[in-house]
Amino acid sequence: MPMALEATGMKKKSNDSAVLDIYLPPERKKIEGGGKPHVVAKNFSIYYGEFEAVKKVNADILSKYVTAIIGPSGCGKSTFLRAINRMNDLIPNCHTTGALMFDGEDVYGKFTDEVLLRKKIGMVFQKPNPFPKSIFDNIAYGPRLHGVKDRKTLEGIVEQSLRKAALWDEVSDRLDKNALGLSGGQQQRLCVARTLAVEPEILLLDEPTSALDPKATAKIEDLIQELRGSYTIMIVTHNMQQASRVSDYTMFFYEGVLVEHAPTAELFTRPKDKMTEDYITGRFS
Amino acid sequence: MNLGTRKLLDRSFTALGFGSIVIMGLALLVVLAPIASKGIGAIVFQGTIEHRKMLLSEFGRGDAEKISKEEASAKEARQKVFDMLATFDQELEQMDFDRQSKYRNSYEQVKSALRGLYGPLPGDTEPALMRFQYGQTRWDKAEEKLHELLYEQKWDYSNPDVIAKPYDVSRAAEFEGTSLVKLFSYVEENLDRMMLPEWTIYWGFITDSSIDAHFFGGIWPEIQGTIFLAIGAMLFAFPLGVIAAIYFTEYARDGFLTSMLRSANSTLAGVPSIVFGLFGLAFFINTMHVSHSKSVLAGSLTLAIMVLPTIIRAAEEAILAVPKTYKEASLSLGSTKWNTIVTVILPAALPGILTGGVISLGRAAGETAPIIFTAAVSVGTAIGIGDVLSSPTPALSWNIYNLASEHEAAAEIRHVQYGMVLSLVTIVLLLNLSAIILRARISKKLKG
Repeated sequence: MPMALEATGMKKKSNDSAVLDIYLPPERKKIEGGGKPHVVAKNFSIYYGEFEAVKKVNADILSKYVTAIIGPSGCGKSTFLRAINRMNDLIPNCHTTGALMFDGEDVYGKFTDEVLLRKKIGMVFQKPNPFPKSIFDNIAYGPRLHGVKDRKTLEGIVEQSLRKAALWDEVSDRLDKNALGLSGGQQQRLCVARTLAVEPEILLLDEPTSALDPKATAKIEDLIQELRGSYTIMIVTHNMQQASRVSDYTMFFYEGVLVEHAPTAELFTRPKDKMTEDYITGRFS
Repeated sequence: MNLGTRKLLDRSFTALGFGSIVIMGLALLVVLAPIASKGIGAIVFQGTIEHRKMLLSEFGRGDAEKISKEEASAKEARQKVFDMLATFDQELEQMDFDRQSKYRNSYEQVKSALRGLYGPLPGDTEPALMRFQYGQTRWDKAEEKLHELLYEQKWDYSNPDVIAKPYDVSRAAEFEGTSLVKLFSYVEENLDRMMLPEWTIYWGFITDSSIDAHFFGGIWPEIQGTIFLAIGAMLFAFPLGVIAAIYFTEYARDGFLTSMLRSANSTLAGVPSIVFGLFGLAFFINTMHVSHSKSVLAGSLTLAIMVLPTIIRAAEEAILAVPKTYKEASLSLGSTKWNTIVTVILPAALPGILTGGVISLGRAAGETAPIIFTAAVSVGTAIGIGDVLSSPTPALSWNIYNLASEHEAAAEIRHVQYGMVLSLVTIVLLLNLSAIILRARISKKLKG
């Protein structure tokens, strides 16, 4: 039983730090005009009924940078992400305490228009979810909602969004075809393009590659690199390599608690918390 | 369980399933085949000269010259019969009272059978009812009349333990020794010369109004009434049902009131249709006074209430079947809830909603009980679209029942009843077929 032996061996291994053979990207460039607190959580908790899924989180998400959220299943990382554009409103009995500020405005404030908020904070989901409409109509859905009627303008937005999502070359000749005919990876990039078409400030990615094959995953990761600097990006991922490849900052959640929030290079090489280290070295997952 | 037994079980279950489907198919065939064959008999049959005469004078259809020629030749053939009758009349007068009374009864039957074949006999007064003004219009019926003419039906009461059995007595034997005896063999041999049967495709059966309580003409008023009632019901029930389904799935919070509403809806689906009929009479006509008396409007409203639960349930299922991710995607793009429902959820749910709608349409077209008290009359002409608010209408479902059980001469016009049944079955089948096609098309479009 070599597997089991290996597993016990792992456990017995002393915790001399930096057993981290995780690939780290070359020095990331500083972004001009970025780095301001874009989303700020203060003692922010999320409850499903009685259950506290996210516990008193304090964090500043910096603008224009990529922040990855990692943690084991059920640690509240998706819940936290979905709280930022209030997608959790769809879940009955879900409520929050503390404060979550976006651009200095309370996301859960009494007078906050969640529709306007979601326009500014776009989201891409785990499973590609294009509408059963044509590719064009998928991208144009958001702009149309927000009052763009002119065909020429729409065409411009569609092309621009598809180019940003690195999909234009693949679909430019079949914009009128149903989006469900695309491959999984293309569908996911279409979803990114659809989100970009409403010109959000923040892009929330909820495990965007978990349903994709490695090739499509690589394309999405490249895309995130392309978009870095133009949008504040938050990505939830199960894949630590992915987090280390694409992000500037990483948040590690465990059982609803934000254990560590640091620059990615630092978190993966010199984790301050024992728990973080155990997780990123694969001692639990 | 070992592999052999498992495979055997699998196979026997497959056989069982297949067998039951075959049995279902056969049962359907056994039910539908006679409906189809007898129903088609209302449209395709051997029409006699009387049928063509009727069409010409009542509907102005047919070649007048040809018909008058045919009529003349038929008349010539019949003249001999009329002559024989006149001879026998004289003979009868010269008989003594005992012999007279021996023949009189049977002679009247002979005459009435001949009236059934030819229409009024010479010397008869012009009959008031249209049905007596023409002879037999269908050859198959004419042959039945011939049998009536040739044989007297008597009943065998000899065995008191069983129900009496009918038996035929030849009239030729009865009238042996009189001048009338020749009449029977003459009519039997020359019936086709007197009636001139000809294969006819009478499309008018579908598009003509009925004359004299369905003795002649077609069933258009019934078909039109059925269409009006069914479409009227959908006009009320479909939007209402879809809106209710949207409320149940998207807006209602889970609570006491919602679960009460849901169970009320389910219960409503199981209420017998006659109860809806009585409710329609009591509520729409007697309480709300939507119309002075029976009307298409009142009938449509009643049918609408009846199919509403089905539509709500179907629409609810269809909306719930729309992937949640569509809703999430739309909302995350900054769409409002209502906008999401209209632009994403309803289009994706459309196949299911439409299927529920069309199946309900079929049910509304076929129901009898709800319209008995609220909309249906047994005899009437096709009403204009402007009269739907105040006029009752004949309708297929009700008139089938009426012809089967209440019509004063049901046996004479069975073919009309069969024709109506076939029409109704066809309408419902076509509706369901269109639902299937519509659904397939939209689903294909959605799948890309």
